[in-house]
Amino acid sequence: MKTRLSEVQTFLDRTPFARFLGMRCEMKDGELIATLPFQDKFLGNVAINALHGGCTGAFLELTAIAGVFLESEMKQPPKPINITVDYLRSAKGEDLYARAIVHKLGQRMASVRAEAWQGDDPTKTVTALQAHFLVSDAG
Amino acid sequence: MSTGESQNEMLLEVMQAHASRIMESVPWAQALGLRLTRLEKGRAFAKVAWREDFVGDPDTGVIHGGVLTALLDNLCGVCINTALTRPKSMATLDLRIDYMRPAEKGRDILAEAECYHITRNVAFTHAWAYHESRDKVIATAAGTFALNDISRWASGNAAMEMASKLLGGQS
Repeated sequence: MKTRLSEVQTFLDRTPFARFLGMRCEMKDGELIATLPFQDKFLGNVAINALHGGCTGAFLELTAIAGVFLESEMKQPPKPINITVDYLRSAKGEDLYARAIVHKLGQRMASVRAEAWQGDDPTKTVTALQAHFLVSDAG
Repeated sequence: MSTGESQNEMLLEVMQAHASRIMESVPWAQALGLRLTRLEKGRAFAKVAWREDFVGDPDTGVIHGGVLTALLDNLCGVCINTALTRPKSMATLDLRIDYMRPAEKGRDILAEAECYHITRNVAFTHAWAYHESRDKVIATAAGTFALNDISRWASGNAAMEMASKLLGGQS
């Protein structure tokens, strides 16, 4: 798992958009935790200091991709088929954390949920994403 | 013409006159270079140029879905205001994106959004992203938004706050 995690990080490091976001991944108690260190450019509403929904969504999509990558032997990143993002609370202008739960990893499709939170309470989900990916390397 | 219709036309005119400022006060839209290209009643059009740092698959140069999420989410939000009689501040409740085909490397992405139903508290939208026309879409979106009074919940958008004042809003 450890070497696979380093492959996930290598993939994120060589993915321009993941670098643009500045996200990173680490294992905590056997679980993949993604972190998005706050930057001013992530804001969508300056007046209420809220992150842009598109930024939170992008981070969760990358977290879901990292989650599938970690549990598979894929060489190429999984291709997204669709995503549904549920905005449960206003995401504040501070660091964002996320975990991915791979519900199903089949031969061709994967169904993944990713949840984001802020501060030290992972159960207080700020934004949740449900995604389907195409996972066959044959495309 | 009813008061509502003339107020909507006034709001639309203010938004059209200050279209560039609507995206300017949204940092993430600025960071991605989202540009509004046209506003009509209940519809908004935008453009984003391909950039190296948007790439989600380094082997193919295909743009990451997150860029489309931001583009379509933001545009859905904007198109709601073009259908209102008074600007409102809004928060995305949920957004569904279907990825039909990858965006081509090096090409601009165009998008349009349509607000097809509004209630007192919620607005329903659809959006499309493509290179040339809606006949060949890259992605489609369905978004629902919670509407809030600007007077109680700041929109964070200078252009919309100004429109609200011009139209005699309580902000």
